[in-house]
Amino acid sequence: METIPLNSPDKEFIREVQERSGQNVLSCYQCGNCTAGCPYNFAYDLSVSRIMRLVQLGQRDAVLKSHSIWLCATCQSCTTRCPNSIDVAKIMDVLRHMAREAGYATERNVKAFGDAFLESVEKHGRVYELGVTASYITKTGRFWTDVDLAPAMLPKNKLSIKPHEIRGKEHVSEIFKRFRERGAAKENS
Amino acid sequence: MSISVGYYPGCSGSGTSVEYDKSTRAVCKKLGIELNEIDDWSCCGSTPAHTVNHTLSAALSARNLVLAAKQGQDEVITPCPSCLANLRTASHKIADESYRPKVEELLDESCEEAASVASTLQLIVEKVGLDAIKKAVVKPLKDLNVACYYGCIMNRPPELMQFDDPENPMAMDKIMEACGATVLPFPLKVECCGAAAGMPKKDIVTELSGRLLDVADSLNTEIIVTACPLCQMNLDLRQGQVNRANGTRYDIPVVYFTQLLGLALGLSAEEVGLSKLVVDPTPRLRFAGVL
Repeated sequence: METIPLNSPDKEFIREVQERSGQNVLSCYQCGNCTAGCPYNFAYDLSVSRIMRLVQLGQRDAVLKSHSIWLCATCQSCTTRCPNSIDVAKIMDVLRHMAREAGYATERNVKAFGDAFLESVEKHGRVYELGVTASYITKTGRFWTDVDLAPAMLPKNKLSIKPHEIRGKEHVSEIFKRFRERGAAKENS
Repeated sequence: MSISVGYYPGCSGSGTSVEYDKSTRAVCKKLGIELNEIDDWSCCGSTPAHTVNHTLSAALSARNLVLAAKQGQDEVITPCPSCLANLRTASHKIADESYRPKVEELLDESCEEAASVASTLQLIVEKVGLDAIKKAVVKPLKDLNVACYYGCIMNRPPELMQFDDPENPMAMDKIMEACGATVLPFPLKVECCGAAAGMPKKDIVTELSGRLLDVADSLNTEIIVTACPLCQMNLDLRQGQVNRANGTRYDIPVVYFTQLLGLALGLSAEEVGLSKLVVDPTPRLRFAGVL
């Protein structure tokens, strides 16, 4: 089991998480309600209440390198049930932003799916589902992704062969462009 | 009764959940709700955008709320809970005068005039009402045992959604009851189905959607009723994957509440897009005398 040295908390990390999430992480008293209700706990390497504790202790690397922050689906169980009204799901989101910005992506496929999705929005203004699938497969090399769904899916004739382009697609792509130009960091809460 | 609102269909409405969009439009027409689709609407950014950055997510969503206001709509409804969560979050952010300039900077446009957002479900329950639905039912869903599954974000977090109970929502249960169905006490109403993990982490979906199907089956559910395109896709299209992963043999139809409501209101199977579902609900509906 990996040991985490607690004698050198990264105070700047604690401050940044608090500022970007608008949440007081110090008000977490480790009741464990978030973990008890977390549907993803079975797949996590660190439970959500441990993540909260590690944030309190300023353990930047342990938190940003965890798999859990990429697997969280923002289902809002933790946020809804926190007795101290901490928006825990928002903190998980912010940690994911920070991990992304720091170049960590411990769940590469999750990141690849998100990237493929947003590239589709940037290009067409709306999501082009077949395009996202193709792009995801290209990014990950997982050529067998969901091929077993084809027999059920194809006869339903739901997926458009062509993207749904909108007239304002440039307006949408400009949003992404300005976002990149301005830099992503430190703008949440 | 005449209600007129803006309509945001969401991207899946023209793809994987085309039957949700179709049945929503048909039901609204039947109930006297005029839907004015926002001209040239764009993607809300869905989950990927808010996992990258909150201002980016707000700007992608806010574009639609500003467009709607320009087109004379004060209120917009959407069938999709994921769109709803993003659009409502954006509403909150642009209502906050200290946050709004960040969104406006990305959007390159003023967000002062923007429409508000609610779900189709909320509009039907609150503005049309259960009594009006009861009166309009021509084909009661009697002898049909249904479990209503809301998914995780239709009602949560409660401060954002401001609708129904966050742990035990009843809106769909009541609509189904008004239609004459027997509504089972489904304890996993708001438990997550695995959401967008289907493609990158299929095991998560087969585990979480598997739990939902296990419990639905234990209650002898004949039809699972949903209000979310992603929940519906995981439970219906991926039901075969769940069965293969868990060694089960479920064959439970998963339909949108608008489809069952539409049938009860006298719409045809074709008008509510029943043939687009993977697990075919028609044998059960025929047996119950609905079709």
